[in-house]
Amino acid sequence: MKASKKPVALRRYVIHTLQRIGPYACDTGDAQLTGGLRVTPPDPKPWELRKVPVELDPNPAFAAYAHPERLVSADWLSAHLGAPGLKIIESDEDVLLYDIGHIPTAQKVDWHLNLNDPTVRDYIDGEQFAELMRSKGIERDDTVVIYGDKSNWWAAYALWVFTLFGHPDVRLLDGGRDAWMNEQRETSFDVPEYPRSDYPVVTRDDAPIRAFAAEVREAIGREPLVDVRSPQEYTGERTHMPDYPEEGALRGGHIPTAISIPWAKAAAPDGRFRSRAELEEVYAGLDPQTPTIAYCRIGERSSHTWFVLTHLLGFPNVRNYDGSWTEWGNSVRAPIVTGPEPDGAPAAE
Amino acid sequence: MTLTPALQEIVDDFAALDDRDRATLLLEFADDLPDLPEHLQTAAMEPVPECQSPIFLSVDAADPAAVRLYFSAPREAPTTRGFASILHQGLDGASAAEIAAVPSDFASTLNLASVVSPLRLRGMSGMLVRIKRQVAEQTAG
Repeated sequence: MKASKKPVALRRYVIHTLQRIGPYACDTGDAQLTGGLRVTPPDPKPWELRKVPVELDPNPAFAAYAHPERLVSADWLSAHLGAPGLKIIESDEDVLLYDIGHIPTAQKVDWHLNLNDPTVRDYIDGEQFAELMRSKGIERDDTVVIYGDKSNWWAAYALWVFTLFGHPDVRLLDGGRDAWMNEQRETSFDVPEYPRSDYPVVTRDDAPIRAFAAEVREAIGREPLVDVRSPQEYTGERTHMPDYPEEGALRGGHIPTAISIPWAKAAAPDGRFRSRAELEEVYAGLDPQTPTIAYCRIGERSSHTWFVLTHLLGFPNVRNYDGSWTEWGNSVRAPIVTGPEPDGAPAAE
Repeated sequence: MTLTPALQEIVDDFAALDDRDRATLLLEFADDLPDLPEHLQTAAMEPVPECQSPIFLSVDAADPAAVRLYFSAPREAPTTRGFASILHQGLDGASAAEIAAVPSDFASTLNLASVVSPLRLRGMSGMLVRIKRQVAEQTAG
């Protein structure tokens, strides 16, 4: 049944591929912006921009945020398609979504296939990141705009990983893929091929924005912890999201002292970020000046919260515990609290 | 443990392709997933809070010689749709015994790990396990 029609369909695909020799392949007139192979040492605050190759989005809706330069609107992106020094990345939960139509000139980066180390549960290293950037034609000085599905969960996650390598100018499309698609904007099937870049090898710098289990344990009772999962996951009623038992944990509940602020409270129904005033209300229980750690299940929803706290509210010291519940809830003797209350730190052993 | 002839054919189709064409074939399966029959459409609209890729699955084993399978997943979830469509084309109309005989790790034989990641492939195993369980429950006793 399938076999009888497959050859036809694949032939159609081949023709489509041939049409791809495209307008975007010669689209990197940014020689004046590239500084050659220059190893940039990790910046202690990698999100502080030093150079902005592509003009910022002056959208007044962003002005109240602490770092409006970290967001672009669909209008802005539409007007800047093809701008020298601009690279667009789609990063989704569903790895094939890009292939059914994407923003013109966008390239795909998949969190699991491209950003995670294939063997160790960790991110790729500086060599691998440089190779990924080179293969996408991304220069160190390029403006990278990332967008994705699910209110930008995976886009925020990718942006966070770019930040581990201190990529200077990386922004999110507010509202993500939905913001573009819902406005019936132009989409493309063309997979652009840029000339390889000479992206430098930059050592990944985890310390400023990434927390490990031992550090989280140390933080109990000392630093605020934010659990951004659903209320059912927080109380322990559920150890995984429905239909995703493979990302579950042996034990349910939350890390002692963690307060529950589900990530979705930061997103409007259309997937865009809520206003500064609304966000300040949502996160009123947190002090911007106190170091804070966010976690979820595998670190993607807490990347969304990390972005909000760091770039929209201007918290200078937020870390994402990417091991999150799939690590904590499976660890022998890790302290756990069930029920709706944060509860105190366990007594010293 | 054996595959149905239709499922084996799908495995062979994927095996004959390289990664890029495997992704294309999976997208074609996603396109081919039939809409739900009308009598199931209301149930499918129940929202699942926080669900990553909402998938509706219905198994009708009233006739154990020809089990009917119904799936629904949104267009914005092409990988999930592709998985559902493979199971639909490979198992719809098969007997309860044939479905029970499909190895639970069948998904790993599709050579899709480097296309969609092994983590996501487990989503298809999850669907298959639920189908097998529902068939077993409906045909028990």
